[in-house]
Amino acid sequence: MRWCAAGLLMLAAFSAAIGAAPVATAPDAPNQATRTAPRAGIAELDAVMSLLAMRRHGRVEFIEQQFLHILNHPLESSGEMLYDAPDRLEKRTLLPRAETLVLAGAVLTAERGGHSHVLDLRRYPQILPFVESIRATLAGDRSALERVFHVEFAGSLQRWSLTLTPLDHQLMRTVKQVQIDGSQDQLQRVEIRQTDGDRSLMTLRTPAAP
Amino acid sequence: MNRRLGVPALWLLCVALASVIVMRAHYVTDLSAFLPAKPTPAQQLLVDQLRDGPASRLILIALEQGEPLTRARVSAALGARLRRDSQFSSVNNGEPVTEERDRQFLFLHRYLLSDDVTPARFAAPGLHAAIEDTIGGLASPEGLLLKSLLPNDPTGEMLHIIDQLQRTPAPATSDGVWVSLDGSRALAVAQTAAGGSDTDAQARAIEAIRAAFAAAVREYPTPAAAAVQLKMSGPGVFAVSARAKIERAAVRLSIASSILVVALLFAVYRSLPALALGLAPVASGAVIGIAAVALVFGTVHGITLGFGITLIGESVDYSIYFFVQSRPVALNKASPSWQRTWWPTIRLGMLTSVCGFASLLPSGFPGLAQLGVYSISGLVAAALVTRYVLPALLPSRFAIHDVTPLGTQVARLLNRSRQLRRWQLAAIGVVIAAAALSVLHQHVGSLWNRELAALSPVSAADQNYDATLRGDLGAADVRELVIVSGPTLDSVLESAERAAQVLGGLVGTRVIGGFDSPANYLPSAATQKARRTSLPGPAQLQESVRQATAGLGLDSERLQPFLRDVETARNAPLITAQDLQGTSLRAGFDALILHQRDRWNALLPLHAVAAAQALDTARVTAALQRAELSDAQVLDLKRESDALYAGYLTEAIRLSLAGVLAIIVLLLITLRSPLRVMRVLAPLLLAVLTVAAGLALCGVQLTILHLVGMLLIVAVGSNYALFFDRQANLHEAGGEALTLASLVIANASTVIGFGLLSFSQVPVLVALGTTVAPGAFLALLFAAVLSRA
Repeated sequence: MRWCAAGLLMLAAFSAAIGAAPVATAPDAPNQATRTAPRAGIAELDAVMSLLAMRRHGRVEFIEQQFLHILNHPLESSGEMLYDAPDRLEKRTLLPRAETLVLAGAVLTAERGGHSHVLDLRRYPQILPFVESIRATLAGDRSALERVFHVEFAGSLQRWSLTLTPLDHQLMRTVKQVQIDGSQDQLQRVEIRQTDGDRSLMTLRTPAAP
Repeated sequence: MNRRLGVPALWLLCVALASVIVMRAHYVTDLSAFLPAKPTPAQQLLVDQLRDGPASRLILIALEQGEPLTRARVSAALGARLRRDSQFSSVNNGEPVTEERDRQFLFLHRYLLSDDVTPARFAAPGLHAAIEDTIGGLASPEGLLLKSLLPNDPTGEMLHIIDQLQRTPAPATSDGVWVSLDGSRALAVAQTAAGGSDTDAQARAIEAIRAAFAAAVREYPTPAAAAVQLKMSGPGVFAVSARAKIERAAVRLSIASSILVVALLFAVYRSLPALALGLAPVASGAVIGIAAVALVFGTVHGITLGFGITLIGESVDYSIYFFVQSRPVALNKASPSWQRTWWPTIRLGMLTSVCGFASLLPSGFPGLAQLGVYSISGLVAAALVTRYVLPALLPSRFAIHDVTPLGTQVARLLNRSRQLRRWQLAAIGVVIAAAALSVLHQHVGSLWNRELAALSPVSAADQNYDATLRGDLGAADVRELVIVSGPTLDSVLESAERAAQVLGGLVGTRVIGGFDSPANYLPSAATQKARRTSLPGPAQLQESVRQATAGLGLDSERLQPFLRDVETARNAPLITAQDLQGTSLRAGFDALILHQRDRWNALLPLHAVAAAQALDTARVTAALQRAELSDAQVLDLKRESDALYAGYLTEAIRLSLAGVLAIIVLLLITLRSPLRVMRVLAPLLLAVLTVAAGLALCGVQLTILHLVGMLLIVAVGSNYALFFDRQANLHEAGGEALTLASLVIANASTVIGFGLLSFSQVPVLVALGTTVAPGAFLALLFAAVLSRA
């Protein structure tokens, strides 16, 4: 049956990933200096979130670097990211090769080279941290963030930083921490640290007005 | 032997013999009644598909009501139970029960399964390109997770195989099981081990699902679980419910019409012996009719039995004529015997009907041919019993209640019309005929329904529900497919691979959107060998990997697992069909392979470019022919089955016209007067035209069953017209009241019997009822008014 094969892709990836993932070793100690008092942080966090929530659409350019232990040099990719409130996020990678990822609701559609894969995040929660961290932040949806992560806030409205740690054990087996830095309602930097030591760093920039 | 006892004894012997044959006959209820007796190769494939093809074995299961989590739990419990049941070859509800095994199988055999495996890909430049591609794919969150496969599978064969297999998106999933797009129902698909044409096995499978569902619900003794409801759809479910529906309708309607007809006859006869004797010709006709079908065809189609009710309509008339018309004889020995005065007319009426039904005998539609044999033998038997057995059984000086007053009253009603002049009557006939013809002319384009679905007893609501479930499951009904056949499994896999090359080109030019092939699950031995020999030896591969990884930022040392896996694959045996066992791929493979007698067929279902767009099968055929794939055939299931039915319909129309011609010849020979023949036939043709026009005005499209109904109008009505013709010629005023009375009673019983059919839920029975009931009444009316000296 055709549909039997559907979803195998991610399964193949995950069961292998989970099996191969080394036990978390030598985690980077969280930067204690940036942590502010929780109470002060909550007010600031809410201010940032409500500012973010006011944006209904967004379009940014990104450059992403991935540091994989299997490769001797980082992988670089770039493209643009589009956001439509409340829950649609599209990541269009243009270089080094075209690829589109669309997250709408709980469905992630990946398209490259004429093939598309549809993934239900409810079925593959392991992908969730990679996409929900960015989407929920863009939406200014604090409760959505807190459903998946332990959220720590640092800085000010002008220069803030969110540190997201997955709550779920299973999620922690792939993603250790996500850090998002921004200013006002702009995201500037997203760093995803994986449990196996690999990490990715995405730098975001609002394109110059045409 | 005493003649008075000899004839009934012979009759009893015949009926007893026929009863034995009826009891031992083989009854079939599958689709074969609609399938041609001598199929073309394409039709044979169609027949095989409809009967036992993979699509015919699917049962779609939906759990509705209750709340989502409970539905998911019930679905899981139901799935677990059904998977243990050997009646089902596969059960899928979205739970990843076989995914680990699937993954292992695909990963282990990736170098034999992937169509990317060629010698060039495993030389240094090919490896370089493949690894570069794989590394590029790591850049997405989804690809990032593939990185752990990289040391083993740097060329990305696993991903490629999955793309190869994954042609349609998976159904939505919630709480671990498949759900509809709107989340309102949990979904599952069960494939039965038995073929779809085995209606008994399908019924057992449906019962097993019901029982498993009930048990699954009991596992969660909460009100939420009790609220969950089970619904099923699919070809087998339809077949079972259609059979039950037809059986129910046939039984109920037979009982209802029997009661009504018996009540009517009792009201008329006021005599229990007459009533009992009057049913003897009907019962004998039915039993002998079925026995004749069993003897001629070997098997009896359920649908033939369904039509059995049609015979009651005419055969009961014979006994009515006998009792009513022989009354004066019984009372007055001096009057001429019924056998001498009335029998010749009834005999002619019967022969007319036989001519009509004989036209069905050469039909390529087995259902119609059986109906022809059944009607002819049944009518002849009923008439003979009326003629020879009833008089012998009748107690001496027996007479029924006098119905002359009824006849006199009818005669008075008719007298008004009889004051009209002959030319006035002719004018009325011409006006009615012209009006009917003009209505038919207006509807000429849409008069006949040429789709097989017109005969389907499945309601439109059920068909829509089925389509909804299929939409949710991404299991669109396969309409077009390429079929390749051969003497062995491996030979059809090879042919499928050759056809796939052609079809791949058609995907590129967007003639088709895509296709499935069993060779994706199990490549032919030749292909597997070719892929295996594409893999280089260890030393050579190590050197190629060293060159290939240069400049990619990947240390070739990291690819040691890859070298190991390739070496293992080089020495591994080829994959066989047995290796698929225990994986979900087995069901996918089995669905595309059909093994019948000494032939193997591989099915390659085609997908349209866009969902609503029709596929250009002519271009597919042309492309396959250009590639000289003579053993590959393109089959459009719907078009083929509609063409089949349209062929039956056209043939049946032609045959019926031939039947009418035969009736004309028969009447010309016996009546020896074209004018009398016209007088007999005009009311019947007028009745048929009027009914057809009436149906067209009501927006009913005529099917093959309406045509059978029209034949019945002619068969039943010919008796009426012949009686009136005889009356007009013999000028026997005294008999008129009796004739009229017997005709009115006979007509009432026919209208009751067929009128009841109109209330059934089964389209074929409704078609018969709505045609014959008004048609028989009109035939009597027209015959009474138009036939006169």
